[in-house]
Amino acid sequence: MTDKTAITLTVNGTEHHIECAPRKTLADALREDCGLTGTHLGCEHGVCGACTITMNDAPVRACLMFAVQAEGANIRTVEGLADGDTLSPLQQFFIDEHALQCGFCTPGFLMLIDGTLRQNPDITEGELNEVLSSNLCRCTGYRNILRAAHRARDLARTEPAE
Amino acid sequence: MKPAPFAYYRPESLEDAAQRLADGMDEGAMIIAGGQSLVPMMALRVAYPSELIDLNAVSGIDAPVIEGGTLKIPALVRHAAFHAPDPAFGVTGQLLSRVVRHIAHYPIRQRGTFCGSLAHSDPASEWALTAATLGAELELLSVRGTRMVAIEDWCDGAMSTTREPDEILVAAHLPLLPESSAAGFCEVSRRAGDFALGMALAVIETEGDRITKARIGLGGIEEIPRRIADAEAALQGQPATPETFAAAAEAAMEVIDPMSDASTPAKYRRDLAGTVIRRALADAATRLPAPV
Repeated sequence: MTDKTAITLTVNGTEHHIECAPRKTLADALREDCGLTGTHLGCEHGVCGACTITMNDAPVRACLMFAVQAEGANIRTVEGLADGDTLSPLQQFFIDEHALQCGFCTPGFLMLIDGTLRQNPDITEGELNEVLSSNLCRCTGYRNILRAAHRARDLARTEPAE
Repeated sequence: MKPAPFAYYRPESLEDAAQRLADGMDEGAMIIAGGQSLVPMMALRVAYPSELIDLNAVSGIDAPVIEGGTLKIPALVRHAAFHAPDPAFGVTGQLLSRVVRHIAHYPIRQRGTFCGSLAHSDPASEWALTAATLGAELELLSVRGTRMVAIEDWCDGAMSTTREPDEILVAAHLPLLPESSAAGFCEVSRRAGDFALGMALAVIETEGDRITKARIGLGGIEEIPRRIADAEAALQGQPATPETFAAAAEAAMEVIDPMSDASTPAKYRRDLAGTVIRRALADAATRLPAPV
């Protein structure tokens, strides 16, 4: 069946009952069917990292999998980081370190860093730099993103994510 | 950048997947595991399967295990499974944990699979080079049964394998390297995470100051990653010195048939082959067990 099928996605702890065709990527379903437009789409073939989300606490490219494959998984997007009006520590570090300018790549970087630190809070500075090479930013020159990420790593070592 | 329409099927066993593939292969059904190469190809409309048969709901095939003296890597083992070396996998585990960091990027490695990389068979696949150098055997399942294929008989060209249309690559079996051996790896690419322009994997064993056994694998240079017998012969019985490594590199450069493209001519790749072989050997030499 290439037609739409009913699926349930669990995003940021909320169940979304949607209908979509198998060919719809998870990134498109999050934006168009769940109304969560914080996940951005740049290249749509896995190169830029703008659509990075976490699935079962691991960072993945939402453009490189289909929504039908994500049923039953614990999906988190940038909308799930803040607690109401209170930004997460990582988001605040991005502001404090001027780690964004236009902001297009920011949700992807946030979820990349969040997921990586959940996988490995003891990651070395060099390894974290290597992880950040995964996503493209054309404004900042990366230095400020590295600073924000390193502050988040230092925090994760003392206060592991729930 | 949207894939063409396709149907979706999620079997819970490999046998069911094989039956579905046999039924749908003439229409263009394909297996998906990690999808980190297949989905971009679908987005670019290079691939347009009639149906995707998704292995992700099959349980019990997502962890590497030692079985019969080999490291068995079933179809859903992600690249990320090798980030932290498993002490039980010894020298082989250490090698895999160094090689894996060169495969694409961290989020891609969370989803892409070892077997998927071998099935896709890109000339620049790090796992295809690893499998070729270590002498892997591949386990294929179809409704007709199971067969084993030696890695030398697997690739038959760039992005082409001898897999029959109804077969699923369900596991790779890697022989474990002896603990007395030392493995080195070197890859050159333009940026972190890019496809390899060239890479080499070297495994050596020594007695006294002499090399007694050597395996040299070369990837990204020719259409098919493979061992280079002439380079291995140049190491046999020689001391593990930079001069010996240079001689092995020279021997390889004379017998290879490098690919050529607009940005990377064959002449460059030939030179690069020598460089990565020398560096992989030097890396291996630093990891030789201390003499007793």
